[in-house]
Amino acid sequence: MRVDEAEVEGEILAASSKDQALVRLFAQQEREILADWVSTLNLGETKMTSQEAESQGRAVLHALGKAVAHGNHGDMRSAEYADVRDVLQAFSRNRALQGFSPTETATFILSLKRGLLGQIRKAAQSEDAFDLLWRVNQLIDQLGLFTVETYQKTREELIARQSKEIEELSTPVVKLWDGIVALPLIGTLDSGRTQVVMQNLLETIVQTEAEIAIIDITGVPMVDTLTAQHLLKTVSAARLMGADCIISGIRPQIAQTIVQLGVELNVVSKATLADALALALKRTGRVVSKLRAKSLPALQEPAAEARG
Amino acid sequence: MDSIPILKIGSALLVTIQVDMHDQLATRLQDDLTERIVQHRARGVLIDISALEIVDSFIGRMLANIANVSRLLDADTVVVGMRPEVAITLVELGLGLPGVKTALNAERGLALIGGVSAAGEAADDADDD
Repeated sequence: MRVDEAEVEGEILAASSKDQALVRLFAQQEREILADWVSTLNLGETKMTSQEAESQGRAVLHALGKAVAHGNHGDMRSAEYADVRDVLQAFSRNRALQGFSPTETATFILSLKRGLLGQIRKAAQSEDAFDLLWRVNQLIDQLGLFTVETYQKTREELIARQSKEIEELSTPVVKLWDGIVALPLIGTLDSGRTQVVMQNLLETIVQTEAEIAIIDITGVPMVDTLTAQHLLKTVSAARLMGADCIISGIRPQIAQTIVQLGVELNVVSKATLADALALALKRTGRVVSKLRAKSLPALQEPAAEARG
Repeated sequence: MDSIPILKIGSALLVTIQVDMHDQLATRLQDDLTERIVQHRARGVLIDISALEIVDSFIGRMLANIANVSRLLDADTVVVGMRPEVAITLVELGLGLPGVKTALNAERGLALIGGVSAAGEAADDADDD
């Protein structure tokens, strides 16, 4: 029987007769395998519809069938498997980006075992069964590992991109007044961020012709010697540009830490951003004063109109 | 040998560095400037480095030296127009130039050395509270 079928598929010269059992499995039972596969997936617990699963499964099976027909089932990295890798990579990347768990992603591929093994039980003769099972197992394990690896890589890319975005987002320099800019620091201050922060600050100083820069560290979770050193670097770079720095927002605990570490912050510092702004205004020759109650209607006018 | 021109405006000396500084030029500038401070009895020195794109530790030290020398001769030094990249480089080199006054541009720099005697001290007093 096998001799007959080997004649049918005579063009596959490289494949041994045992390999051809696998080739036949894919070529002839693709539909059954797919049906078995999709029914094995516990779709109720995933975010996937059965149509999606079916179309993705068909794509994988199709690519896999072609790859196996080329005769090389040992090595997923070989050229014959390029299509399979592409399909799996796209699938796995999508899963990762859509927030599927690694288990959900890997289970999809590993469930293919059920479909394939079922068909083997029906078709294969006893002496070949073990060999075929072993090959199928090896193949699917490789597919599974590849999927998880791609998933992992995509997640890592995602994390790297997000942390870069956070880095850029969290270092705005805002103009508080003519000649006064503020730099509200949020998050840990490492050397990479210090570089970004410093550059942003100095460029804004040039643009706005600022005389005073207020560095607010309310959002910095902890200050160690390294952070302090980075702060001082920023301060002295700003000073070289002709701008004075005021550090504000030092929380009580951080103040204690700084003193206990023995760090010398030779910079004017204020407890709150408001105090720092008041000092900056005073230094640039401005006065903030309170108006008398009678001349304060501006904020109440809209309400009065609404009533009238 | 070329040198960097030193202009006298009132009681201040004005130096604009518009070429890439090499070490010889820097030494020459130090010598010239010292002589001119004494000659004109200058009270302030303004060094504009807005055209300077590259600094190294030698130039950084030259600026600090000029400031120290002029302080001995009773003149204030202010460095103006430093570019952000230059500022970052100097800080990374560990040259924060303590003792050198700085300003964003020549206008503010002149105000700084022109009004040092009265307005500057008044402002310092006001900041203390």
